Amino acid sequence: MLHKMLHQIFAVFIIVVMAAFSNVIAQDKISNYDLNSLVHKHVPMVDHSQFDVLKKDFKTPQEVTETCLSCHNKAHEGLMKTSHWLWTETNTQSKRGEHKYGKYNSVNNFCISIQGNWARCTSCHAGYGYENNEFDFTNKSNIDCLVCHDQSGTYKKFPTKAGYPVTEETVFPENNVKFLPPDYNKIAQSVGIPKRQNCGACHYSGGGGNNVKHGDLEKALNKTTKKVDVHMGIDGANMRCAECHTTENHNITGQLYIVATDNEDRVSCTDCHEPNIHNNPILNRHTETIACQTCHIPEYAKVNPTKMSWDWSKAGENRKPSEIEKFHGKEPTYNKKKGEFTFGLNVKPDYVFFNGTAEQVHFGDKIDPTKPVVMNQLNGSYLDGKSKIIPVKVFTGKQIYDSELNTFIAPKLFGQPGTGAYWAEFDWGKASESGMKAAGLPYSGKYGFVSTVAYWRINHMVSPKDAAVSCNECHVPEGGRLAKLESEGLYIPGRDRNATLDSIGYFLLIATFFGVLGHGLLRIVFASKRK
Amino acid sequence: MKQKVLFYTRFERLWHWLQAFLILSLAVIGFEIHGTYSIFGFSTAVEYHNYLGLSLIGLYIFWIFWLMITGQWRQYVPGMKGVYEQTMYYISGIFKGAPHPTEKTPESKLNPMQKVAYFVLVAILIPLQLVLGALYLFYNEPEFLGIQLESLQPVAILHTLVAFLISTFVIAHIYLTTTGHTLTAYIKGMVTGYEEVDHK
Repeated sequence: MLHKMLHQIFAVFIIVVMAAFSNVIAQDKISNYDLNSLVHKHVPMVDHSQFDVLKKDFKTPQEVTETCLSCHNKAHEGLMKTSHWLWTETNTQSKRGEHKYGKYNSVNNFCISIQGNWARCTSCHAGYGYENNEFDFTNKSNIDCLVCHDQSGTYKKFPTKAGYPVTEETVFPENNVKFLPPDYNKIAQSVGIPKRQNCGACHYSGGGGNNVKHGDLEKALNKTTKKVDVHMGIDGANMRCAECHTTENHNITGQLYIVATDNEDRVSCTDCHEPNIHNNPILNRHTETIACQTCHIPEYAKVNPTKMSWDWSKAGENRKPSEIEKFHGKEPTYNKKKGEFTFGLNVKPDYVFFNGTAEQVHFGDKIDPTKPVVMNQLNGSYLDGKSKIIPVKVFTGKQIYDSELNTFIAPKLFGQPGTGAYWAEFDWGKASESGMKAAGLPYSGKYGFVSTVAYWRINHMVSPKDAAVSCNECHVPEGGRLAKLESEGLYIPGRDRNATLDSIGYFLLIATFFGVLGHGLLRIVFASKRK
Repeated sequence: MKQKVLFYTRFERLWHWLQAFLILSLAVIGFEIHGTYSIFGFSTAVEYHNYLGLSLIGLYIFWIFWLMITGQWRQYVPGMKGVYEQTMYYISGIFKGAPHPTEKTPESKLNPMQKVAYFVLVAILIPLQLVLGALYLFYNEPEFLGIQLESLQPVAILHTLVAFLISTFVIAHIYLTTTGHTLTAYIKGMVTGYEEVDHK
């Protein structure tokens, strides 16, 4: 009786096991996310081409701004508090406390600093005339509304005119691109909410060229496919930047840890997506320690190359064009003004633990020139309970520093001959003196070159779900994507092992196997002797 | 005179072979996850390992329940009596064709060495491995586990250690099935339930 009952319970158990296995197979299907259903279709409420004030003859771009503000008479209030205008904001770091920081006073390992180089750098300022530290950040007439709101696609700020467009036809000698004076009536009448082209006008070309800095933001995104970026692909959701980078009073969310270390105004995948969206519970468990981007951006610089390193110390040499290698036959790896570069195309990111906070090296900070200086240390560890593994572009550089004071130098690069500008005179001594004077920083007169490292978060160029990083790209003993990732207490199944335990364990298995084999052979030998 | 005696009921045979299948496949797949070799691919291996492991937890709990209500747990109570004789039998007697030092009856199926080995296996290693496996699987779901693990590392290393020990047991166990009065007598016994014993 008891046995019969046990058999019945056992049969139920077998059925449960079978059901569990059929569940394994059923879990293969992946949820379908219809991007198109999420996109807010913007319907303009006004047609600016019908406004008479926009038909008058504009002499200066400031006149356009004043006209904009005559109707949008509160728009400047929010904008003038943003980092797009101030190029600085308040940051709080553990070691430094509260401080003002931004492009205004920062140092990086691309073009180093805006100090002394304003007119070149501020071609990407959302204003007009930011040509020195005396710029009046309270004058609302100097706001550039058009660079973000032009929908005619014809408004261009000239690369070296402190944010101004040209007043007569001008060729930019660096790349022989012709710049025409803007047709302010056409542009002002076209205005609308910013498209990818508007944001990209600056954000694609940081570092002095397309995709140089970010690696995941470049002009190819203006017209791309889902394969390159699942959100921006014109064969998919075709989303504008601001659909994720939500904006309030002109304050656009999303910041870089190069310039802004406070973990606020950030954009996150989970602003829209549920973190536990995967059908597979094992994948859902990954979201606690791994950022979405880590698996869903398998590569960056998918279309055009990005700069991976920059050695300023090699600048100033007169190399023949035939001696200069070109990356993929296109990007020269040497430029007399800038030095030596390396590039990457279809780059697999590096990975670090990151908890949302970062440290920075500022002008005036003591650096240790005997090892690479980390410009923006991303904080995080496996054990801190807050960090996730994120993908980054690691950009390495070699740049000028004060070898007596052990501080970074802000060299004057851009300018006319006689100003000390390196790009005109090729004299690092003069460039350092001139740049540090412009920046109001001490300079000993002695300089050297120091290696640097900067971390750039990779957040764009999200691939379609079927191209996501697969398990065995990380869970492998050697050569996986996370092969270099070290953090105390971290154990990645398939990658990690205790070498001593493994040696003892395998020895135990092999010894037992040969032990019983030997025992068996002895039995055969003795048995045959007995016969 | 030889006599066929029922040693293993249908349930015991089913349980034994199901557990054998689960432990063997868990070992094979587990060492793939460990990175020792690659057969199924990591993601498939992990999914199979999880379901096989959960099945073994279910089977183990059920089997404990069976042991308790049938009183069969008494078979596994180890003692030092006869361990020496049994050890000496495997070291020397077996080669000389000496008889088994312990009589095998349905009431006492395990010899003294088996009792010690099986007790370590079923009362220590298997439940430890099942607990470690559950911690491994749910380590970042503290609400579910009821405890917060700081790191996977100690769990993973202990899980590997116990895997080595159980695998070692399996090798020895398979070999020792050949030590009946014929090479396949014990295996046949576990399939049919019957083994031949000398009628005394």
